[in-house]
Amino acid sequence: MSDIKKIKDDYIDKLNTENNIEKVNNIKSELFGKNGIISNEFKKLGSISVEERKKLASDLNNIKDELQNKISIKIQEIETKEINLKLEKEKIDVTLPERNIEIGKIHPVSQVIDEISSIFSEIGFSVEEGPDVENEYNNFTALNTPDNHPARDMHDTFYLDNNKELLLRTHTSPVQVRTMLKGKPPFKIIAPGRTYRSDSDQTHAPMFHQVEGLHIDKNINMGHLKGCLNYFIKEFFEVDKIKMRFRPSHFPFTEPSAEVDIGYEINNGKIVIGEGNKWLEILGCGMVHPNVLKNVNVNPSKYQGYAFGIGIDRLGMLKYGINDLRAFFETDYRWLSHFGFDPLDVPSNYRGLSR
Amino acid sequence: MKFTVDWLKNHLDTKFNNNQIIDKLTNIGLEVESFESSTSELDTFIVAKIINAKTHPNADRLKLCDVDIGSDKTIEVVCGAPNAKNGLLTVYAPPGSIIPKNQMKLSVSKIRGVTSYGMLCSESELLLSNESDGIIELKNNKYANKIGEKYFKNTSEKVIDLSITPNRPDCLGVRGIARDLSAAGAGKLKINKKSNLKYRGNQNINVIIKKEKAQGCTIFGSCLIKGVSNKESPKWLKDKILSLGQKPISAIVDITNYIMFDLNRPLHAYDADKIDNEIIVRSSSKGESFEALDNKKYILENDMCVISDRSGVLGLGGIIGGTRSGTEYSTKNILLESAYFLPRSIRKTSKQLNIDTDAKFRFERGIDPLSIEEGLMKASELIKQICGGKISNLDVKKIENYKKTIINFDPFLFEKTTGFNVENKELIKILEKLGFNVSRNKKILKLVVPSWRPDITQPIDIVEEIVRIKGYEHINASEPVKTRLKPTLNYYQKLFHFLQRSVASKGYLETVTWSFTDSKINQLFKENDEEIPIVNPISSDLNVLRNSIFPNLIFYLKKNLDRGFKDISLFEIGPVFKGKSPGDQLTVIGAVRAGKVSRLSWNDKERIVDTFDVKKDVIQSLCEAGIDKDDIIIDDKTPSYYHPGKSGGVYQNKQEKNALAYFGEIHPNIIKKLDIKTEGLVIFEICLDYIRESKQKIKDSKSEYKFSDFQKSERDFAFIINKNFKSQELVNIIKSVDNKLIKSVRVFDVFEGENIPEGKKSIAVNVTIQSEEKTLNENDLDNINKLIISSVESKSGAKIRS
Repeated sequence: MSDIKKIKDDYIDKLNTENNIEKVNNIKSELFGKNGIISNEFKKLGSISVEERKKLASDLNNIKDELQNKISIKIQEIETKEINLKLEKEKIDVTLPERNIEIGKIHPVSQVIDEISSIFSEIGFSVEEGPDVENEYNNFTALNTPDNHPARDMHDTFYLDNNKELLLRTHTSPVQVRTMLKGKPPFKIIAPGRTYRSDSDQTHAPMFHQVEGLHIDKNINMGHLKGCLNYFIKEFFEVDKIKMRFRPSHFPFTEPSAEVDIGYEINNGKIVIGEGNKWLEILGCGMVHPNVLKNVNVNPSKYQGYAFGIGIDRLGMLKYGINDLRAFFETDYRWLSHFGFDPLDVPSNYRGLSR
Repeated sequence: MKFTVDWLKNHLDTKFNNNQIIDKLTNIGLEVESFESSTSELDTFIVAKIINAKTHPNADRLKLCDVDIGSDKTIEVVCGAPNAKNGLLTVYAPPGSIIPKNQMKLSVSKIRGVTSYGMLCSESELLLSNESDGIIELKNNKYANKIGEKYFKNTSEKVIDLSITPNRPDCLGVRGIARDLSAAGAGKLKINKKSNLKYRGNQNINVIIKKEKAQGCTIFGSCLIKGVSNKESPKWLKDKILSLGQKPISAIVDITNYIMFDLNRPLHAYDADKIDNEIIVRSSSKGESFEALDNKKYILENDMCVISDRSGVLGLGGIIGGTRSGTEYSTKNILLESAYFLPRSIRKTSKQLNIDTDAKFRFERGIDPLSIEEGLMKASELIKQICGGKISNLDVKKIENYKKTIINFDPFLFEKTTGFNVENKELIKILEKLGFNVSRNKKILKLVVPSWRPDITQPIDIVEEIVRIKGYEHINASEPVKTRLKPTLNYYQKLFHFLQRSVASKGYLETVTWSFTDSKINQLFKENDEEIPIVNPISSDLNVLRNSIFPNLIFYLKKNLDRGFKDISLFEIGPVFKGKSPGDQLTVIGAVRAGKVSRLSWNDKERIVDTFDVKKDVIQSLCEAGIDKDDIIIDDKTPSYYHPGKSGGVYQNKQEKNALAYFGEIHPNIIKKLDIKTEGLVIFEICLDYIRESKQKIKDSKSEYKFSDFQKSERDFAFIINKNFKSQELVNIIKSVDNKLIKSVRVFDVFEGENIPEGKKSIAVNVTIQSEEKTLNENDLDNINKLIISSVESKSGAKIRS
């Protein structure tokens, strides 16, 4: 018995220092193979007395368990070591660049249109559109700007024919005309889109964007106009308070008419919207002129309401600190990457207008 | 419209300070553009002292002067004046100054080899007198301590510049502005002094207004002033004219201008001795001509309103006078005209001839037809004061009488429109101060509109007057109501939104380019569309509406390539034009991709962008926007700007006429023609209008969820098939063998060449077979395999590879 204990202790010592998986396996078969030491010991059990057998069997079993346990731990230990070593060898430089990321962007004008649509959607406006090419009637005459009206001079118009019948719309207001002609009041729409005037300098582009607003119902008055625009401006610039002023102006298609200024100041060379003692004109609006309503078959003694027109590019410039209007349309890759928006930045009420 | 506060105060008694006036003007709709001193060309002339005058080394008659101009260093000036001497105080003009006499701009120049920095001035050069023999000698006691200061005091008061909206001709005169301010509580409008002018004799130049259909003049008032001596205007008048930013000309011209800006009453003065017998106001005939006061000769069309005499045209009524009858310093007798011209006629004529004058600007907006006499009286009184002379009786010829505008106004309209109430008493007061005559008939106000307000024709105009004078700050903002009449976006607007963001998410930068383009580039992309020229383009390279988005995209792609970018993905969503009528437009996405994929990648092999890159982008975008991939059919017919062999069209349905998208390589000829330097260029386009709106909303269109748990099997087949046979066809043939069992067919290998006969290719497909009812056994599978092979072989002429 003591022999076996000694053998066990020897093998335990051997296993403790052994690091080669094959050698451990050799030990395993030396001990437990067909003619293994422990196997042979078990064979001997049959030839001894019952009493001795009982004790020896128990001892043998303990030794067997201990050794087998040791072997399996050892094998696991060596395997883990080997795997770790292998993995260590496989190590790569994870700071190497990922596969090329291709980042697309949404143009600021599109983003601002979506922001505007989202805000007006919240207060029940739907989006209408009209064609870029308009006839003279929808662009001017129906809007109470008859031929030979000096207000036409304020619009430098692109014409498509010599009779000046067809033109590129100079504002989004003809969408008012189209919307009212094809439907019945009430109307509650916005109409964003491209507009065109033939002047081009640092602050003017021959093409720019406007959004038209129109709300016609039985009792819509200037208070609603003011409330609507207050709401819009506050939401758009994402501020709690904004200094705004309505001041009288003139547009042939609204009466009374107003221009809206917002307060601003220049702080460290950056424009800060909503405060300060300087005024910036941002939109024109007014009560839709009875003549316009008559022209689109809406009875002005029954229905009234307001309309407004906002320069989209300019709003975007103010909100996102873009200085140069012309750059909007010059497709400079650097500019588009810089000022563009991630396509997942969809302006919405619950996710917020902008990130 | 420019004027000074002083000028305003000629008409308005006010306790308001300048800032209050400015604020008030803006608040009542007379927008203040600026309020500042007008800078004068004379500001640069300064008092200077000659420290040392020595003879010019190369010219005996010239002197070289060291001049003290009040700064640290003296300046060296070459001067030819005999009186230039040490210690002389004089006037110095630095380089950049404009010399009043000849309007020359001074520059640093070498005179006989010596550089002269500016000039010392004579009285004549400054138009102070005719003295030109020497430079100005300033008195010591007055100027000795003013060296370096401006010689000419900028006496110009601060000038208010208003931007007057086209509906307010009355505010193109200072008096009209004063009237508005008084109505708004900024002071009291001064009453015009009655003049006690004595008229002597008759206006004996006969005036006829011809009764013609196109007659543009309805009233012609005039008077003769005999025995005047025209001269320079007195200082007060010159200052007024200067404050308007204009140049004084002579007393008579300055007076007529002054009255125009003061009362908004344009006048014209003729040299009466140059008029041939009589004044005939008539319509022109085509081909008539005259030389106008702007020294240009105008050739007239038919039906322009001209003032003529027996010899011909004198001037264009209400627009511009002619040189033939113009007043000069030598003029002795003048005929003063104060007339009413119809805005329509003025506007038409001035547009045709492209003339813009202050008079035209006013007449086309509408002059007070009852101001004829007042204008004549005021002007002749001033002329008599300044130039002397005898004034004849006033002669006023009319072919039409002025009709008063009367408006019956229900004050309730005010509250209905503005949402707030103004007491009748206050409302009447405002209107009366604006010049309305108000009488009451129960609740209704009967209003006689002042003759100077042609813009006021109906009750809503009255509402505007009251709310504007009362102040927009009284309008109470109402909280927006959230009632919605219909969904915010319709199907196509949503599609626009989805596709725009979907394409951007594939790595494309969105751009916005002009709706117009260069016809030369457009030509390459317009296919059979008609070209749509712009009559008055902003420039010759933006002269047509775009028939396609690509001309602009390619143009800007090239610009970015030139900037050094190599891998570029750009897209635009917007209109293209198919005709020149409203609505002949389509909403299109155009996208370009240039350069390489995986450029300079350490682990991927870089390759040039190809047709299948854009095919993926276009198909994926369409799927993301809600189009079922199974509905998509690809065709190989594409517009001519695509590579004929490497491009395709996308359809939702075989019968469709228009492809909803195209993709592929751009035609090599275009790359060559436009000289685009890039490794590869592929494009795609999607036409939103050609995408069919699905009839069902997504909530109704989700089909029942079905799946099979039975074992699925995959089988690979390789066919040898004609080179031109489309893989799409092959896939369809296999699918049609058993639509239920064949779940998917995927092409995983295509090759030609080695071991493949000429004109043939090998296509390998992987077919997934699965039943929804049972596990298929070998026998079932074998049957399907055989069916697949036989169908393909019989329908396509292919041979299975063994």
